[in-house]
Amino acid sequence: MNTEILGSALQIVLLVVLAYPLGRYIAKVYKGERVWTDFMAPVEKWMFKLSGINPEESMNWKKFLVALLTINVFWFFWGMFLLVFQGYLPLNPDGNVGQTPDQAFNTCISFMVNCNLQHYSGESGLTYFTQLFVIMLFQFITAATGMAALAGIFRAMAAKTTQDFGNFWVLLVKSCSRILLPLSLVVGFILIIEGTPMGFDGKMEVTTLEGQTQMISQGPTAAIVPIKQLGTNGGGYFGVNSSHPLENPSFLTNMVECWSILIIPMAMVFALGFYLKRKKLAYSIFGVMLFAFLVGVVCAHYFEMGGSKQIDEMGIAQDLGSMEGKEIRIGAAGTALWSQVTTVTSNGSVNGMHDSLTPITGMFSMLNMMINCWFGGVGVGFMNYYVFIIIAVFISGLMVGRTPEFLGKKVEAREMKIAMIVALAHPFFILVFTAISSFLAAHNPELADAWLNNPSFHGLSEMLYEYTSSAANNGSGFEGLSDNTYFWNYTCGIVLIMGRYLPIVGQVAIAGLLANKKFIPESAGTLKTDTATFAVMTFLVIFIVAALSFFPALTLGPIADYLSF
Amino acid sequence: MKSNLLKSLRLTLVFCVFFSVFYIFILWLFAKVAGPNGGNAEVAVLNNGKVVGGANVGQNFTKDIYFWGRPSCAGDGYDASSSSGSNKATTNQEYLKEVESRIDTFLVKHPYLKREEVPADIVTASGSGLDPDISVASAYAQVKRVAAARGMSEEQVKNIVEEVKQDPLLGLFGPSKVNVLKLNMALDEKAN
Repeated sequence: MNTEILGSALQIVLLVVLAYPLGRYIAKVYKGERVWTDFMAPVEKWMFKLSGINPEESMNWKKFLVALLTINVFWFFWGMFLLVFQGYLPLNPDGNVGQTPDQAFNTCISFMVNCNLQHYSGESGLTYFTQLFVIMLFQFITAATGMAALAGIFRAMAAKTTQDFGNFWVLLVKSCSRILLPLSLVVGFILIIEGTPMGFDGKMEVTTLEGQTQMISQGPTAAIVPIKQLGTNGGGYFGVNSSHPLENPSFLTNMVECWSILIIPMAMVFALGFYLKRKKLAYSIFGVMLFAFLVGVVCAHYFEMGGSKQIDEMGIAQDLGSMEGKEIRIGAAGTALWSQVTTVTSNGSVNGMHDSLTPITGMFSMLNMMINCWFGGVGVGFMNYYVFIIIAVFISGLMVGRTPEFLGKKVEAREMKIAMIVALAHPFFILVFTAISSFLAAHNPELADAWLNNPSFHGLSEMLYEYTSSAANNGSGFEGLSDNTYFWNYTCGIVLIMGRYLPIVGQVAIAGLLANKKFIPESAGTLKTDTATFAVMTFLVIFIVAALSFFPALTLGPIADYLSF
Repeated sequence: MKSNLLKSLRLTLVFCVFFSVFYIFILWLFAKVAGPNGGNAEVAVLNNGKVVGGANVGQNFTKDIYFWGRPSCAGDGYDASSSSGSNKATTNQEYLKEVESRIDTFLVKHPYLKREEVPADIVTASGSGLDPDISVASAYAQVKRVAAARGMSEEQVKNIVEEVKQDPLLGLFGPSKVNVLKLNMALDEKAN
């Protein structure tokens, strides 16, 4: 059998099998039960003490949100300052200069919201100092922010009636010290052994076999790659992300890195089941997500391994599939799988150039980000799904004439309003901004020339992909788009902020409001939410609300691209 | 709010120590001990001790006595300080013309090949522009030219390709590949 397909199958099996125990572990960590990493407790105690945090303090949902937003605002100023002045800071052996304010604005926001859209190239746009004290630091702590928010929601969902949302600071620190750090170390060790650099020397100068001089960029790569994958960050060390042979040197590292993207989002669904002691609910949610994910995976494999139609017509041997923008050691199947894994989550790292994917694979990548809740980003992915559960509960309640309830709490007008705003804001931002940019491009040919790397339908796809990726906080791109301009830096920055904080605030608020309500014990009249029927219902709600709003745009972009020859 | 801001500042500094110093130090130390080149990019070394490039980083080959790698969009070609793909859509007419001309050039250099024997990977650019490998088919396609340029028999060159060729992981997972630099180094060592 084809070894490339086997490679993809193995990765998916390893994901599902290992997500289960990790989910159990995560639930224990957030519940404060005994786990093997308890030796970290003294370190955490010391961290709380130095930061002036009282770990015993309990917060209601409003206090929780204020703490979350405050530290995020602080990170914004931290990042802006360091990025603009990086040229004067230490650890800069290659002599790179500071970022311009508009670029720093975009970079800083993009990393603060756990998106990692990159309008710079890592080799020249950052110094080792900012790689470590902005990029890598944010990759840990912003991922932990999303996880902490979800942990708070777990707590609110598990209790009968409560004001208590948990302590944001404690959940933030524990997400770092108990989950992200240990996993990052293990992945980092594997990468180092396989040949990913981890040092502080500047570029290496070598004379090639033919006698030319080659400068090889290197640096502390192996520290950043694990967390960029595990925290669904995606911001690569090098410009071309994990297609770079130093960032991703072998098929083994490719498997490990691809596994790292999806493992925590998958485990979070199981963690829900363990935390709430409602395993059946977790399985039904996991089933829906896995199904939707696999549809994309199968299609992507079919089209990438099948190769490009246009290249086939040239009459050459395309046995390995469509290889433009792909690496030999990874293969068409490896890139097909990764393109789906990175877009169902809000990761956005790539191991091949998405701009060069065949049109339909590109469409599935976009569709995944448009829906943005098949597993999703660490923490926030499930929170997006949660909004759709609330909507599905409400709609099915109306359909069968029962009071809409979820986990013993009545879903009423206020929660529904918030849920609808969150669900509709996503298509709103993507489509409105794409419309503005394509209007500008259509009426100013010189702008279109400056921005777009490919003409016609694919050009529209490049712009649509950029805003979709921003709103979904994904960070991958059709990188042909010349996006380091005032227009793209600022508009994407705005979409990034709205795409991150509006949902988090809304989702935490819904969970907080529901938690305050009276608990209604389950009875014969209760709508069951852990059945296959309800799972299908949720899937349909997501498909109608999320996917269909984008259908016209997708028709003009990738579908037209596919059909036009 | 004010107390939250102060906590934010202090916690961020603590995180800096925890991650940007402590975590980095562990990995750095591990790389010193267990990394292939003490934390720097792994290098490829000839038998006589001469360093001829990064082991995992592709480089430019144009001479007839060497196997050639894939087209590269990194800088002027295989610039390892500015990695880049072409980002061309496979439906872009201009791009397709470029591929067409690469096919023609390849056929001129390898007149013994039929058009349908040209492997797609040797005429399409890699994602990083630094792909160190070519497909096994692309290596076989070049054997006759390299053998002629070196005055070796095709059999000899083919044997070296077989030696350098890397099988899938555990023989089961992922693609087979040939590292171009290693292959050319092996050829040079044989010639000496």
